[in-house]
Amino acid sequence: MEVKDVICPFCGCLCDDLKLTVEEERIIKTGKACSIGNSLFLNHNTDLASPGVNGSPVSLEKAIDQAVTILTGAQHPLIYGLSSASCEAQRKAIELAEILGGSIDSTSSVCHGPTVLGYQAVGEVTCTLGEIKNLSDLVIYWGCNPAESHQRHQARYSASARGLFTAQGRKDRTVVVVDVRRTRTARTADIFLQVRPNGDLECLQALRAIVKEEKLEVEEIAGVPVKALASLAERMKKAKFGALLFGMGLTMTSGRHLNVGAALSLVSELNDFTKFIIMPMRGHFNVTGADAVLTWITGYPFAVNFSRGYPQYGPGEFSAVDLLARREVDAALVIASDPVAHFPRQAARFLEEIPTIVMDPKYSKTTEIARVTIPTAQVGIGAEGTAYRMDGVPLRLKKVLKPLYPSDEEVLGRIIEGARRKP
Amino acid sequence: MKDKQPLAAETVKPPQKFTLISGRTTKQGRALHRGKDSPEYLAEVSTLEMNGEDLEEMELGEGEEVHVRSPEGQVILYLRKSDELPRGVLFMPYGLPANILISADTRGTGMPSSKGIEVEIWK
Repeated sequence: MEVKDVICPFCGCLCDDLKLTVEEERIIKTGKACSIGNSLFLNHNTDLASPGVNGSPVSLEKAIDQAVTILTGAQHPLIYGLSSASCEAQRKAIELAEILGGSIDSTSSVCHGPTVLGYQAVGEVTCTLGEIKNLSDLVIYWGCNPAESHQRHQARYSASARGLFTAQGRKDRTVVVVDVRRTRTARTADIFLQVRPNGDLECLQALRAIVKEEKLEVEEIAGVPVKALASLAERMKKAKFGALLFGMGLTMTSGRHLNVGAALSLVSELNDFTKFIIMPMRGHFNVTGADAVLTWITGYPFAVNFSRGYPQYGPGEFSAVDLLARREVDAALVIASDPVAHFPRQAARFLEEIPTIVMDPKYSKTTEIARVTIPTAQVGIGAEGTAYRMDGVPLRLKKVLKPLYPSDEEVLGRIIEGARRKP
Repeated sequence: MKDKQPLAAETVKPPQKFTLISGRTTKQGRALHRGKDSPEYLAEVSTLEMNGEDLEEMELGEGEEVHVRSPEGQVILYLRKSDELPRGVLFMPYGLPANILISADTRGTGMPSSKGIEVEIWK
């Protein structure tokens, strides 16, 4: 059986044109997927998790009961992950955090959390990916490498996408890469500016000064010749529609939210001359949804705490890495994420010391240390659900296979029911 | 928890200082869906990329083992030559070995410093 127009649940591109060949409840072939999406679909049934408590197999009901006991018995539980779950499941997770009086944080805090802090300080001039595809004649990739991490972004939405006013695709655009490394993306760019590690803030502020026609009394900024920056500034001002797309080269380096704030300000100021937008290259397929759902329910996009009965915001205080590294939580519910594999060791190690519950379709480094494992259906494969593309466009993911286990939304609903019954 | 011991006196060549960047690679992204214990994943996340001139100067070759230490911890990685990197900068894919080198200090933002880490390396 062939399933058409499937949305890929890997990265924030949410490519919605995939074809899957399904035989006997297995995906055996993909069409149009990138190599990472292809691997995701073809390995959908490897390493599948099963219900477990303290390393022993149990029924799903028992695993859920144990999760309820742990979470309701905790003084300060942490709910973390969310970005590979549907918006519907995210909504339930927030409800649970409120009932428990715990903290809730998404993987946003360790990818584009600083971007959100930048938005809150400066604001964001944005658009949809469709507008970049149809209108942009200048695309700048700053600290991101879509050729490796968002493999179809350039062809579908940016550098080489063919659109209404960009019929010739790549030929209609100038492509610039600013990065520490001459990445695979940089090798296909028209202009590459190699910035010194941790030098992005200086470069961005220098560009802002040049755009404002300030004279710089140095020859070089963070390894980049001022002449090259001046030429880029001129090109940005003269573009008909410019797009600055940035990645963790800005958010994970020294300066973090200040880097992003400078980039947001630069783009805002360029709108005095032309149309220019800025957009983060989001990683997990629904990390944008996690920010959106948390914001429309609590008012805050990540690092939210309910211990006072109302939401409090605290990046650096209620964000997962900080809570774990400071040993400030006494239980954790991890939803569709693998923090043991991705957090700094000091934070990851604490998850082994506290009762950790994992909801995930697959075994992971976090299920290895978890007290309770609750397998769930993968959104976009075994469950349907809503996800936000990196430009904030919500799309509905399909269920293409009959799932072995219930969805995250359903399991969270059952945990909520159990938690409400507890005194 | 932190490993801040002085360098071993018996080190043959003095450790060299580099700036380490961690990040996504296609191989790492593909392999993680095969499982984080799969040989492809483990090989990719244990790789350290280095500029060819730095390799030559340190008398190191591709595939060779190298010790890497940050203020947070120490790991052994396998070298891969890269023409993407400037001299003095190293790259490794996200994964468990990288996490050992990264500090949990988020400087009040929630985000650890996963790029631009000062490290020492030796054979």
